[in-house]
Amino acid sequence: MTLDIFKEKGTPLDKQVFTWRDLVQAPTSKLDDDAFTRVRIILMNGLEANAIRTSHAMARMMNGEMRLPLAKVRRVEQHQQTMVNWLLPADLSPLETTIGFEQVAIEVTASVALREPDEYLAQVYRFGLLEDFDHLYRFSALMDRIAGGDANNILQNYTDIMPGRPTMVEHRAPEDDLREHYDSTTADPLTKLHALTITAAENQTHDYYMTIGPMFADPLARQLYAEIASIEEQHTTQYESLLDPKETPLEKWLMHEAMEVYNYFSCMQYETNPRVKDIWTRFVDYELGQMHMVMELFKQMDGRDPAQILPATLPEPIDYQSHRQFVRETLTNEVDLRASGTQFTHKEDEEDRSPLSIAYRDQMNSEGSPSEIVAAGYTYTPGTELVEGKSVFAKGASA
Amino acid sequence: MKSSGAKPVMEGNRTGIQTAPELAEEMIEGASIAMPSSEGGPEEAAELRAEYIAEGFPLGSKPGIAVSEEADADEEEAGLAVFMDKLGERLAFERMGTRLYEALYNKCETLGEAAPGPTLEDIQQIGSEELQHFLLLNRTIVEAGGDPTVQTPCADVAAVASLGIMQVLTDPRTSMAQSLQAILTAELTDNAGWELLIQLADNLGYEELSTQFQEALAHEEEHLVNVRSWLSECVMENAQV
Repeated sequence: MTLDIFKEKGTPLDKQVFTWRDLVQAPTSKLDDDAFTRVRIILMNGLEANAIRTSHAMARMMNGEMRLPLAKVRRVEQHQQTMVNWLLPADLSPLETTIGFEQVAIEVTASVALREPDEYLAQVYRFGLLEDFDHLYRFSALMDRIAGGDANNILQNYTDIMPGRPTMVEHRAPEDDLREHYDSTTADPLTKLHALTITAAENQTHDYYMTIGPMFADPLARQLYAEIASIEEQHTTQYESLLDPKETPLEKWLMHEAMEVYNYFSCMQYETNPRVKDIWTRFVDYELGQMHMVMELFKQMDGRDPAQILPATLPEPIDYQSHRQFVRETLTNEVDLRASGTQFTHKEDEEDRSPLSIAYRDQMNSEGSPSEIVAAGYTYTPGTELVEGKSVFAKGASA
Repeated sequence: MKSSGAKPVMEGNRTGIQTAPELAEEMIEGASIAMPSSEGGPEEAAELRAEYIAEGFPLGSKPGIAVSEEADADEEEAGLAVFMDKLGERLAFERMGTRLYEALYNKCETLGEAAPGPTLEDIQQIGSEELQHFLLLNRTIVEAGGDPTVQTPCADVAAVASLGIMQVLTDPRTSMAQSLQAILTAELTDNAGWELLIQLADNLGYEELSTQFQEALAHEEEHLVNVRSWLSECVMENAQV
């Protein structure tokens, strides 16, 4: 199924209306809905959050003329984000939601890495993927050991729980977190859609961990969230540096709207929950309406034809399925990569090529590493490691 | 600037309205001159909530039977599904209970054993029984042809209800008495949970299981007596009576 985004005009902005009751619908089921429904909800919440974040930044930096159209679209995005995010149920604990966030980071980034036409950017995505993969392992250990919870209740067997690039070595100096950006004049439109999608997803992960980290009483959990939130900040820095700074603000806005159309359209095609699918379908139309409004502004303000930057039809959708084999292959081949400036190097060369990162990491880890402590000797076991009798109370209990 | 390294000074509880009597008067005066923007009372909220309740969306399905198939289930299927749901609940509770006692053990080990209160050996004893109960339930579900890793609706509810207990136990600032108060909530629920499971097993004709569960209940009754007594001793000691 393809979508001609120039022909399809969607819902006009003034017809994009809500009520509070409409915004707050019955949530999805943690137990019965497919894990990828949750993955899509978390991702789309992140994209809307990024739309609002970007729009505010533009409103603060652009001339007064742009502020009203930005505010009008932003108001709808606020409510789209609400309707999407409120689909998460209250029995999904902050730690379980965290597992969901990491599943998004792994499966969506894997799909993007596989489809990315630019080899350098694909490498960047694989690099980040192995770090989020490790976070999933650390948070799963925390869930098992603090609450006796099984992370696979959330993952539903789609995503492996095992170490990736160890979180404790992911801490890098800013000099080694920036990447080279794509060239907006020559890049494939899919490259731009990918970079915006992953930037938005990682930014919301950072913001989520910064919000919920202090809600945990356990000092190890608080340290772990502090540590991994710091990596999510690095990831946001890494991914946003892929975006071409030469793009005009309106060009960025237009691409963001196109990225939202693309992602809602991807969600719509894969969705198994009919109630949620209706929301994705409605929002494809809303985003088309917003995009066409921005197209007009782009023509007026930048004096350019939107066809110069947008694809005629949307590329293949994000692939909402398990990428287990791809992730394992990437793990085998690239777990020992480290960053050096905008490039990647083997860990053996890191000391020579990334001295600032080594110094920074040594400082941060000098009083201990929460990510290492939480997963000390941890191997994922279905039903938690207590099934194997791994507890300080093991004496006297028999499996 | 170098940190002083000093411990925070706790200068007294500021949460009550009488912390600052003059400000309290202003607070009360301010509230009393304001008029609500709408008529009615808490029943208005109940009406809104009723709309969502009436929609009838459940948390999720019991093991082996989808919500959509429940109406067509025969007596045996329905009985088994409820039994598996409750087994899953007890399993999740015992699993979490093991982790709760690990947290209590950690606290007792750090603060040092003190009379009144449990010894490390006491906590070890209860913790290992919680673990044994978890393993018993795990085996029971497997032997009944179920999947012990399923998070059943009742297990899910138990996890939500227990979240606060975990927060209390893992908070490094809570005292032994405060931790025991939270554990008491868990033990009271645990006792009632085993009693209900035994009643259900009896009614479904699972005699052998019922006998095994009676043993677990006997442990739990002992845990409850002990926790109550340690808590009471700690509180009396604090009150110096």
